[in-house]
This record gives sequence, structure tokens and C-alpha cells, in this order.
Amino acid sequence: MSAHLPILQVVVPLLAAPFCLFLKRGRMAWGLAVFASWAALAIALALLGQVTQEGVLSYAIGDWVPPIGIEYRVDIVNAWVLVIVSGIGAVVAPYSMASIEREVEAGRIPLFYAAYLLCLSGLLGITITGDMFNVFVFLEISSLSAYALIALGQARRALTSAFRYLIMGSVGATFIVIGIGLLYVMTGSLNMADLAQLLPEVWDSRTVKVAYGFLAVGFCLKLALFPLHLWLPNAYTYAPSAVTAFMASTATKVAVYMLLRFFLTVFGAPFSFDVMALDRVLLPLALVAIASMSLVAIFQVNVKRLLAYSSVAQIGYMILGLSFATVTGLTATLLHLFNHALMKGALFMAMGCVMYRIGSVHINAVAGLGRRMPWTMAAFVAGGLSLVGVPLTVGFVSKWYLILGALERGWWWAAILVLLTSLLALVYIWRVVEVAYFRDFPGDEATREAPWTLLGPTWALVALNLYFGIDAGRTVGIARQAAEVLMAGIGP
Amino acid sequence: MSLDLLVSHYNYWVVIFLMMVGFYILISRGNLIKKVVGLNVFQTSVFMLYISMGKVNGGTPPILIYGETDVLYSNPLPHVLILTAIVVGIATTSVGLALAVRIKEAYGTIEEDEINAIEARTEATG
Repeated sequence: MSAHLPILQVVVPLLAAPFCLFLKRGRMAWGLAVFASWAALAIALALLGQVTQEGVLSYAIGDWVPPIGIEYRVDIVNAWVLVIVSGIGAVVAPYSMASIEREVEAGRIPLFYAAYLLCLSGLLGITITGDMFNVFVFLEISSLSAYALIALGQARRALTSAFRYLIMGSVGATFIVIGIGLLYVMTGSLNMADLAQLLPEVWDSRTVKVAYGFLAVGFCLKLALFPLHLWLPNAYTYAPSAVTAFMASTATKVAVYMLLRFFLTVFGAPFSFDVMALDRVLLPLALVAIASMSLVAIFQVNVKRLLAYSSVAQIGYMILGLSFATVTGLTATLLHLFNHALMKGALFMAMGCVMYRIGSVHINAVAGLGRRMPWTMAAFVAGGLSLVGVPLTVGFVSKWYLILGALERGWWWAAILVLLTSLLALVYIWRVVEVAYFRDFPGDEATREAPWTLLGPTWALVALNLYFGIDAGRTVGIARQAAEVLMAGIGP
Repeated sequence: MSLDLLVSHYNYWVVIFLMMVGFYILISRGNLIKKVVGLNVFQTSVFMLYISMGKVNGGTPPILIYGETDVLYSNPLPHVLILTAIVVGIATTSVGLALAVRIKEAYGTIEEDEINAIEARTEATG
């Protein structure tokens, strides 16, 4: 049984998805979704345990030996990302029951859970597979279900944002297929580990460099790196709250993982940094993303859109870590992958609670909620402090390693920029907090705190924000180990 | 650039032409259906890229002939990959068209500039 964990990681949510359609009642479909997502988390944790003890796991699907067959390959890097994705999936699934019943028509609820599980299995599949074309297939599974999930939003603008995401996402995915095809032409292999051995021989070929370019643009579209982020703010703003919480914490993280996996494991760090100058290309984009998107976030009146722009800025931090081209920088990237999932998940889930009671996430809608919904707003404040990077939260840990990475390179200006933009984060979070705590509640006296089915998962994430902020040893240890594996590569 | 390069790589020129046509439609047209069509042409060019690179000069279709050992087959793997990609393309197209139908129901139009105008107006009035 434990030998088959890599394939079960994907197959369990994938098979549970169509069953959700057969269960006509929304609550039953919800039960199945919760079960499948918790099973996925359990498998991911077991895989992480196995990998830390035994090293790299390789699973040959259908016993076709790699590189001929499709290989699922789990090392410390993707075991870590699997835990992030399935963990968020397992927290959002219980949360979605009340939230989705409020925001989606009853007849569509089983469809929602089917799409949710498909999206989850797609993201897990991208992460676990060791085959390039398999990455594309899972990428499309997760993207197509994501378009459907976003289109379920109440406002009609959910439809136009889903359409826009579909166009940009498909272009990104097609760019990735072009890149994969060109690599296949040059090497005749699709297996990542095999490619890492074969590619150094053809480094000089222009085809490989063109493939690299296509892949870079495709990944940057998918991970919403400035200026390719245009699909993201609307998609996050108009999607149902549970979908936003799930997507914001997983989809872009998996795209960052794809970028790391292809450019550091398949092509190898020497090719990416010395030949293709990836660090020098990404550095200015990351800096502009952090500074400009944090500024844009300050002027938003819709809190979900504010957090969405903040997400684009936070992706900038992850890419900034990568562009240091050092183990410390990469550690910061991998740490922030986990930490940002925790903080943005908590923030978007708190806004989902507001949406549930007030029916709006406009900044005026949170007026006076500090007293009316104390637990919800306390969760928002805690998540916000983590986003700013206050000590004792996970945000501090990420920023600390980011600044360490910057100073290690002697780039003190990058360290100062990280500190200054943290102040910008304080400004936009404070705007919401000020309205929530220092204005009177204008609405109905009967408005109560959100139900515990929403608050429970939200506070679970808040608690993790604090726990891993105080006891960062384990997360930093795994992230550093993963960063070392990525930088070392598996090439000859 | 010699004529030789142009002729010997003609499949790539076809692919690049199709790719640019599709991409241009995607960017320049405001009609959502036309955007989906552009996306389709764009994706089809990639299918042709894969299929043409699997062709081996003088190779037969990759169907096993019993009893004959030294037969030159074309590479079947790109075909298989593209079969998957075609399915993905169909799924993308159908989701795109379904969204276009829903947008038409909600906005009464599928022209991007008109949709933007409606959205700007509703934003202004609250």
C-alpha cells in the first residue's frame, strides 16, 4: 500500500470528483470532498515522511520503467509543495460548505465539489509528476476546473474574469507545450530526470534556448508575475470566497514550483543562471511587482481585490528570492511558498466570513465589524500582521530569510525595498482594520458572528500562522534542504 | 537565409505562420467567439509542430507489421501526445464557448468593448 502512495495522491481526488456528480445532494458531495481532501493531506504527509527518511521516491506508472513510461518522482521539494497544496485543500473543503451554500445556487453545489476536487488533483498531479507532458495534462485539468470555479461567482463579472483567465491561461499553457515539444525534438525524452542528463550536451543549440524562453513566458503567465498578472485581480475578486481562498494559496504556488522544477532540476542551475541569466531577467520584474502592486493595493476599495493585488506583490517576493541565485534566496522562496499560502488563505477566509454575514466585501461593508464579528476581524488582523511580517508570525520568517539572502549577495537596496514594501503592506491592511474597528456598525442589530463552520478552518490557518512563526525550525529546515536539492540539480 | 533552409524546414514556416495568425486574432479581435477561434488556431499550430516532428523520412505509419523486422516507422509518440492535447483543446474551446453563452445572457453582448463599457457604467453607479 505505502509503495503506491505517489499514484494514490492524485487518483483519490481524481476519482472522487465524478462521484460528487452522482451524489445529488450538496451535503453528501461536500462530505466526499472533505474525505478526499483529508485523504490527500494524509498521503502527502506520509510521502514527506518517507522522503525525509529514505530519499527520492520513484514510482513507475503501470510498471513501465522510466524514461519510457511516466514516472512519478517525489523528492523533498515536491513533497513539501504537495503538503502545502493538499493542506490548503483540506482546510478549505470543510470551510466551503457554509460559504458555498450562501454564494452558489443549490443545484450547482455538487458540480462545485467535482470541479474543486479536479482542481486539487490537477495541482497535485503537476507537483508529483516527473514527466514533462504529464505536467501539461495536469496543468490543463487544474486550469479548466479553475475557470469553471471562478465562473460560479455571484456577480456577472465573474464570467468575464473567468473568460479572460481562460484566454490568458490557455496561451500560457500552449507556450509551455511549445517549450516541451522543442525539448523533445532535441533530446527525444520527456522524463525530467532523463532530460537533466541529456540537456547539457545540447546547451548550445538555439532550439533549447528558444524552448527556455517559451517555458519562461508560460510559467510567468501562470504564476502571475508582473506584467503578466492581468488575469489575477478580477479572477480572485469575483470568484466565490472559498474558491479565492483555495486558488490564492495553491494555484500560483504550484506555478512557482513548476518554474523551479523546470529551470533548476531539468535545465539545471548552471544553465539557468550562467547561460540564460534567469536571475537578471527576473530580478527587475520581481522588484517592480513588489513595489507597484503594493502601491496599487493601497488604493483598492474592494477588500478581495486589495488582497489580490497584494498576492501579485507577494509572488514578487518569491521570485526575488529565486533571483538571488543562492541557497538562502531559494530557501526564502520555498518558505514564502508555504507561509504565503497560510496567510493569504487566512485573510481570504476571513473575508469569506464577512461575505457570509454582510453580503459584500467592499471596504465600507466591514465598518464596525471589529465589535460585531470580533473573531472574524481578529483572524483578519492576525493574517494581516503575518502579511506585514511582524515577529512571531510566519511572515516574519519569510522576510527574515529574504533579507538574509539579499545581504548575502551584498544587495542592501533589495533588503531596504523588502522593508519599505512591508510598510506598504501595513498601510493597506491598516486601512481595512481602521474601518473595521474605528467606525460604527451601520447595519442590522441582529448581525452576528460568522458560524463556527467558517471560523474553525479560518482560525486553524491563523493558528498555523502563529505556530510556524514561533517554531520555524521545522519549516526552515525542510525549505533549506529543498533549496539545496534544487541548486545541486540532478544533471551529470 | 538560403532558399534551402526555407524549403527544408517548410513545416516550421507553416507552424509559425499559423501560430502568429492565431495569436493575432486572439489579441486584436474584441468578439469573444473570435477570440476562442483564434485560440484554436494558435493551439492547432502547436499540434502541427508536434506531428511534423514525429515524421521520419521514408517511414511508414507506426503500425506493427508482423514478420518484417527492418521496417522504418514514423515516431508514434508525438501523435499520442497530440491526441491528448487535442482533447484538452476541445475542452478549452467548450469551456470558452460556454462562458461566452453565459456572458451573452448576462450582458446581452459578446463584444469586449461593449462589455467593458457596461462594467465601467455599473462600477460608477455602484
